[in-house]
Amino acid sequence: MTATAPAARKRSFRPRTLVITAVAWLLAALFLAPYLEMVLTALRPADELRDRSYFPDKLEWSNLVDVWKESSLGDNLQVTLLVAGGATVLVLLVSLPAAYYTARVRYRGRKWFLLLVLVTQMFQPTALVVGLYRQFYQLDMLNSVWTLILCNAAFNLAFAVWILSAYISSIPVELEEAAMVDGTSRFGAMIRVTLPLALPGVVTAVIFTFITSWNEFIMGLTLSTEPDKQPLTVGINNFIGNYTVQWNYLFAASVVAILPVIVLFAFIERHVVSGLTAGSVK
Amino acid sequence: MSVKAPSSPAESRGRGGSGGRRVRHRPRGGLARLGPLPWIAPVILLILAVVVYPIVELVRTSFLNISIAGKVRGSAGTDKFKKLFEETDFGHVLLWTVLWTVVVVCVTMVLSLGLAQLFNQRFPGRRVARWALIAPWAASVLMTAIGFKWMLNQTAGVLNTLLIDLGLIDKSKDWLGEPGTAWPWMMFVAVFVSLPFTTYTLLAGLQTISQDVYEAARIDGAGPWQTYWGITLPLLRPAFLVGVVINLINVFNSFPIIWAMTQGGPGSDTATSTVFMYKLKETDIAESAAMSVVNFAMVVVLVLIFLKVSRWNEEDA
Repeated sequence: MTATAPAARKRSFRPRTLVITAVAWLLAALFLAPYLEMVLTALRPADELRDRSYFPDKLEWSNLVDVWKESSLGDNLQVTLLVAGGATVLVLLVSLPAAYYTARVRYRGRKWFLLLVLVTQMFQPTALVVGLYRQFYQLDMLNSVWTLILCNAAFNLAFAVWILSAYISSIPVELEEAAMVDGTSRFGAMIRVTLPLALPGVVTAVIFTFITSWNEFIMGLTLSTEPDKQPLTVGINNFIGNYTVQWNYLFAASVVAILPVIVLFAFIERHVVSGLTAGSVK
Repeated sequence: MSVKAPSSPAESRGRGGSGGRRVRHRPRGGLARLGPLPWIAPVILLILAVVVYPIVELVRTSFLNISIAGKVRGSAGTDKFKKLFEETDFGHVLLWTVLWTVVVVCVTMVLSLGLAQLFNQRFPGRRVARWALIAPWAASVLMTAIGFKWMLNQTAGVLNTLLIDLGLIDKSKDWLGEPGTAWPWMMFVAVFVSLPFTTYTLLAGLQTISQDVYEAARIDGAGPWQTYWGITLPLLRPAFLVGVVINLINVFNSFPIIWAMTQGGPGSDTATSTVFMYKLKETDIAESAAMSVVNFAMVVVLVLIFLKVSRWNEEDA
């Protein structure tokens, strides 16, 4: 769609564009298909679960409500909301000053700090979870929402620090200096001048942390052993093991767990890659 | 550095004003005198408490005798490592861990190259199509894995129905019940959830390649394949390498897919080393810690490769 492209060349590309469009749309549909099947299963009436039909005859919308009454997944949803919300707040409180200072000041040890952050980003909870379990077992802090908040926050800090400091670096320091000449403190300048301008970065960090903590599984599975203290991912997975699986209820809960996250992710999609690759791919 | 000919007294005392960037020094109470600490200490503390300390605890645990109830019963020396290495499944698990990681990452990278090329073209509805692509990235990997477990269900799974209707199989199969079919399906799911991130990384890489280079190639009469092999791929190298290493780390650690779909069973036939670690945790947490130490060592190697590849310190620091 380059405005400068001559009309003749544009027209000769048409059959190609058609093929590209068709293939791309087909692939996009394939990527969504598993989630569509999960939604369809969530809406299946219990007596149609064993039917070999692609679409249910009747849609049972009440499944989406009943699952929270018929199972204890409501407790798990509450844990997930608290953990994801708490971790997001904590990450923001802790990473914002650090990202700001690192973006603005060339202090001694800055490079080491960045290295520490980067290495943390690469370490995932899976390899450390046995250590985490022993640590919080000895502190008598298993089955606590606070423990999960701390852990989720720690493993998401790196992403937030990277993305925020990248954003803040791109905001001219002169803007703050002007405010500071007018008598505002450095902290005041950060809050009132820089922060509003860095808002896209803040939103990215917030949404990303929220989603990652929302989706987290292995720490929830390990650090909470009582069913009603476990996050939703763990609760849903237990649902499979416990009794004859009510797949419609299971997916009713899953849909509630998945859809908001996909929508939220769409807002930050363009910024995530640079954060995850620590700026090596922008 | 700040030694050379300070232009004003205020600036010569200014901390951190060295790297060419001018930060006005304003002596404002005690906070400023502490330097970077008040700003970065909370991050460091949280990382020390929740990322670094567990590593210490992990290594310590792997040298202890610990009862099922969690009581420490003295030192075990290197017994737990010996016990781990003598497990009949250990060799098998390591072999499959390597296969799992290598196969999933290779397939992901090749498919992502194609996807990135495709979604880099201009076509109507590109934004929406790209948006559909992120679903497996945004959704919890565990939920996606459970979704596939359901679709592969022997009695009512839609994939069984589809394969029967397409005439590819004649009767419904228990795909996850035996390792021979469980592995390929779990690898399929792992590739499926890895594609979006990888494709987006490569798309970002493609966008850094200037149109002028392509223009020049066209003028020189290079065909599409020549252009791709000679220009696109070499210039995509940095993004590609970063994608490979991050995927290696992610796929190696990808516990939820296997845990949700087979729990590593039957026996440990479909377990990777992280799943095996989790299975050991139920019987002997110290041995499980020994397995974790081995896993952690592998992650360290991968992280070192990442640091090499990512050029993180080439930034203007």
